[in-house]
Amino acid sequence: MADQAIATRKAPLAGRRGGSPAAILTPAEPASRISLRAGHDAISALSAALGVTVPLRPKTSASTGKRHALWLGPDEWLVIDEEGADLVAAAASSGALHSAVDVSHRNTAVIVSGPGAEAAINSGCPQDLSLALFPVGACSRTIFGKAEIVLLRTAEDTFRVECWRSFSPFVFGLLSEGAEDAGH
Amino acid sequence: MTGVNRISGAGRLTPARTARFTFDGRTLTALEGDTIASALIANDIHLVGRSFKYHRPRGILSAGAEEPNALLDVSRDAARRQPNVRATVQEVFDGMRVSSQNRWPSLAFDVGGFNDLLSPFFAAGFYYKTFMWPKAAWHKLYEPFIRRAAGLGVAPTETDPDHYASRYVHCDVLVVGAGAAGLAAALAAANAGAKVILCDEQPAVGGALHYDSGSEIDGRAGYDWALATGKALAAMDNVTLLTRTTAFGYYNHNFVGLVERVTDHLPAPDKALPRERLWQVRAKKVILANGAIERHMVFPNNDRPGIMLASAGRTYLNHFGVAVGKKVGIYAAHDSAYEAAFDLRKAGIDIPAIVDCREKPGDMVLAEARSLGIEVLSGQSVVNTSGKLRISSISVARNGGGAARKIAVDALLVSAGWIPSVHLFSQSRGKVTFDAATERFLPGTYAQECLSVGACNGTDDLQATIDEALAAGELAARAAGAEGGVQVALSGRNAFEWTGGMIGAAEGAGQDTTVKAFIDFQHDVCAKDIRLAVREGMHSIEHIKRFTTNGMASDQGKLSNMHGLAIAAEALGKEIPQVGLTTFRQPYTPVTFGTIVSHSRGNLFDPARKTPIHAWEEAHGAEFEDVGNWKRAWFYPKAGENMHEAVARECKTVRDVAGVFDASTLGKIEVVGPDAAAFLNLMYTNAWDNLKPGRCRYGIMLRDDGFVYDDGVVGRLADDRFHVTTTTGGAPRVLHHMEDYLQTEFPHLKVWLTSTTEQWAVIAVQGPRAREIIAPLVEGIDLSKEAFPHMSVAEGSICGVPTRLFRMSFTGELGFEVNVPADFGQAVWEAIWARAEPMGACAYGTETMHVLRAEKGYIIVGQDTDGTLTPEDAGLSWAVSKKKPDFVGIRGMKRPDLVKEGRKQLVGLLAKDPQVVLEEGAQIVADPNQPKPMTMLGHVTSSYWSPNCGRSIALAVVAGGRARHGQTLYVPMADRTIAVEVSDMVFFDKEGGRLHG
Amino acid sequence: MLLIYCPYCEEERSELEFRNAGDAHIVRPANIAEISDEEFEEYFFLRQNPKGLIYERWRHIHGCGRFFNAVRDTVSDRFHVTYKAGEPKPDLDAEPKTNETVETYEALEGVAE
Repeated sequence: MADQAIATRKAPLAGRRGGSPAAILTPAEPASRISLRAGHDAISALSAALGVTVPLRPKTSASTGKRHALWLGPDEWLVIDEEGADLVAAAASSGALHSAVDVSHRNTAVIVSGPGAEAAINSGCPQDLSLALFPVGACSRTIFGKAEIVLLRTAEDTFRVECWRSFSPFVFGLLSEGAEDAGH
Repeated sequence: MTGVNRISGAGRLTPARTARFTFDGRTLTALEGDTIASALIANDIHLVGRSFKYHRPRGILSAGAEEPNALLDVSRDAARRQPNVRATVQEVFDGMRVSSQNRWPSLAFDVGGFNDLLSPFFAAGFYYKTFMWPKAAWHKLYEPFIRRAAGLGVAPTETDPDHYASRYVHCDVLVVGAGAAGLAAALAAANAGAKVILCDEQPAVGGALHYDSGSEIDGRAGYDWALATGKALAAMDNVTLLTRTTAFGYYNHNFVGLVERVTDHLPAPDKALPRERLWQVRAKKVILANGAIERHMVFPNNDRPGIMLASAGRTYLNHFGVAVGKKVGIYAAHDSAYEAAFDLRKAGIDIPAIVDCREKPGDMVLAEARSLGIEVLSGQSVVNTSGKLRISSISVARNGGGAARKIAVDALLVSAGWIPSVHLFSQSRGKVTFDAATERFLPGTYAQECLSVGACNGTDDLQATIDEALAAGELAARAAGAEGGVQVALSGRNAFEWTGGMIGAAEGAGQDTTVKAFIDFQHDVCAKDIRLAVREGMHSIEHIKRFTTNGMASDQGKLSNMHGLAIAAEALGKEIPQVGLTTFRQPYTPVTFGTIVSHSRGNLFDPARKTPIHAWEEAHGAEFEDVGNWKRAWFYPKAGENMHEAVARECKTVRDVAGVFDASTLGKIEVVGPDAAAFLNLMYTNAWDNLKPGRCRYGIMLRDDGFVYDDGVVGRLADDRFHVTTTTGGAPRVLHHMEDYLQTEFPHLKVWLTSTTEQWAVIAVQGPRAREIIAPLVEGIDLSKEAFPHMSVAEGSICGVPTRLFRMSFTGELGFEVNVPADFGQAVWEAIWARAEPMGACAYGTETMHVLRAEKGYIIVGQDTDGTLTPEDAGLSWAVSKKKPDFVGIRGMKRPDLVKEGRKQLVGLLAKDPQVVLEEGAQIVADPNQPKPMTMLGHVTSSYWSPNCGRSIALAVVAGGRARHGQTLYVPMADRTIAVEVSDMVFFDKEGGRLHG
Repeated sequence: MLLIYCPYCEEERSELEFRNAGDAHIVRPANIAEISDEEFEEYFFLRQNPKGLIYERWRHIHGCGRFFNAVRDTVSDRFHVTYKAGEPKPDLDAEPKTNETVETYEALEGVAE
């Protein structure tokens, strides 16, 4: 129906603010995301089609502007476009055999920023997040308390924490406690 | 004045900084930095509690974490009250309230002390023997009595208002203990460039240097060196120094739990601070430098208040500036106790005598005692003590007998030698070995990446300790990959060489005596109890421990285990290593529940998963039910409606008009790839090749054992793309199950699985007017009966946003399931609701969903099946392909037991009285008059009042059920027996015409 | 808490990211529909539960998502090696033994009669 109002979008963490001076928590802006699955033979075509290098080394990511490709497994990547581009279509244009599934609304993200960002995340995440082992650009799917998350270190003191939408209040809550403690 | 026993000029506390606290209502003044124990002793209070079994007066035995006696109730306010706090560990803060425990009506006069007179009846093992009969008395009499009498302290009743923090942390080298050894090890590791965590349970570094006044390191007094070194370490970027932090557990693969007590010493803690912080450390290398624990002497009546460990006497004097008495006797089997006498004498305290049960004490200490004019009674023993609420004298006799000489004292310091703290080493599964020469268990075979240094490794000499620790620190750092730095060398010197030591009962507490010579103070275990256990046939140390409860109190036998072992060995006529050592278990000292729980409480206890439409549901009065971690709208009561009425209304409305239901929690998996259909052929019993894009099919998933595992509707979006749905609770395990087969059994298939459960909000619109409700909102999909029949799927848009629209039904009505990207869920729901409500449609919840599907005989996997039903049992054989050569479960479901006659089958059940709603789970029998136990044919799996049928309906599993159609069976309940008739499973619209409306 | 080397992530990670998935090297018969009851019993039900070395499967479920195999000592919990799914059983004699296998836990708990 032409006269039908277009449905408005409501993000799961809309309006949330939190953290501490040591670790500021900010819900990330909506972004488009795909879960990309493919064999290694398709990677160069997919990289070209997506305009971002699809990385082959574990725990690494690559970025072009606001588009990021995160290694999650040997045939699995999370591709994020912070400007909301149609990633499914972009991947399809590669012509290579792959699976691209839109997970833009499945995931949401919290940006954790500040000198205590590492400690805040380590309140529930058992990985070693020191710069030596988790440098800028490193990424990993891991566990945060009772939620699964994907971590991406975007700067020395900044992480992007991706999680499934229904876990986001839990993740935000535990991050808040971690951020509070990180300051002490 | 901060206590009559405070020695001016002694100790390290600042006289001007006082703190006031109460003990059993009496206000006392302490100095900042005092422990409760040091403050009480400063005020000449030794009597602090009553013992567990005999209610004997007890005092403060130690100055550290090993304290078995001085357990007190400490509170900050009503909600912040903690029982069983060790007075020797807890620091005093201004305003603290302290009470003694296990006494009534008062500490000085305790009725329970009567138990001491009855003690012949309370021998070891008495619980096991005394309360055997009459049997009925156990519940009514014995157990309630024992429960009242047992246990120390009273648990707090109010909710803990504090919060607790937790952190995972990684390091190259974790050093446990910051005495001379730990500091040296940390220094070497840190200088080599390693990332170091150094922890110590005390408020300051220094360990034994707190009391060991004569030691020198690097040319300075030992404690001064320790403080300076601690400060230097704390300033290094690669070092984390944690004081008031106990390493309580050493777990697999160098995972060590530390608890940091953050605020318990502060008078007015910052509310933002956690009370305690749990550090979950993963270390490449662990250096154990946790020292040694002094052992008491085992002699008659060795538990009177005022009898203490010699090192404790030195700690109170040298660190806290408090003398433990004015006339302090010494009873020793080890040279270290002499140094307590020297320190006290130099502080002006009278030392009537040093009683040494050895014929030949060490030369160095003997010479010093002579030069200070202290009488040494070697070859003699303390054979008794007296004093009601505090020791007043000791009786000393020459070994082997003879007249006893009474010496007046108001405190007695004892030492039988030192026990290396191998607790954490043992927790790491390392194996200890017994060093016969020194009668000590020492670290033997290591099981993990750790090293022991200093006293816990049996190294006594200070220079040897430092050298060993420096080498270990550097070695650990190098092994962890550190490449930097500077080598460290340090000199260390003890004031005196130490010799001696004994374990087991001393003179006067030997064989054939019945005197009370305590080995475990907290559990009131005496030397004679160990011997009794052996006489009663306990030969394993593990049995002796449990029979006597030796070492089973909250101190876990830190002082008592070695004595108990030695006495048992003697009674058994064996060597100590042959008797063995009980296992040390985590935690080293008690850990609060708050710390273990940490962040996992309240909203963070478990994620509460909410759908994108949850806020609307809440605003419209929905009651919610938990389904896994999900909060699902259960029913929507209108004003004045109870649950039954609301559900009845919703059920009628859906069938009469329409209903809107939030199905977002349904599990969804996108299966993509050229082999997608081939993969689904293997995972489901159905065939998928012939399903056309745009069509859906109900699928059954089995495990390889042939039992139903999950079910759901699968839509084919394209040749290579399927939208699979699973049960709400089954979503994660179904994906795991699929991945398992895909990765490990069928890796040749080109197909990928992605969870899309949370990508889509799902709005089910069900009922005769469903099409009318959504039609004006949908674009790009022809919703007509012909173009979009039952079990169709199409992609288009709704309210201007993309949708995957399914024509399907779990109600038996004309139905649609509108999938929209989750962030649009609420807006689309509201648009649908805006059309539905004026038509008289309702929003409905999971309860109505359950009733409607039961009216149609649609099963719920996990409710009507329980993991032991085959498709045939569940009446789903029609969904099992007969042509496919393979699918998961194809062989398992043909197992002899799974195809035999008489298996339980899912059937309908109608109570003869249509008003009676059966209880889910109720058992079903053929003959209600048969003798008990009755032969049970099955049970009710689903049961509801059906408003649309105007009667009750039920589903049940019944042995040979389908062949019993029309039979009368019985459901025996506690108060009556209900007659039921076996029916088919479809109760409403048996022809199914409504689906296709 | 165990530390497990994921052969796909090429890194040791906390046990919290993993899920155990039972015995390894048990191949589902290609002709499963035709096998005898005894063969099915052998394939589906019978396991060794060894004291000592076990070949077992793990899934890095909260990491890369991959299933892989491990050789673990059930007494000491030491992992001898982990390797990718589909790779052959490793030759343990060829693997350098860095650590002596620890004595049984019972032996650590003191000697009974």
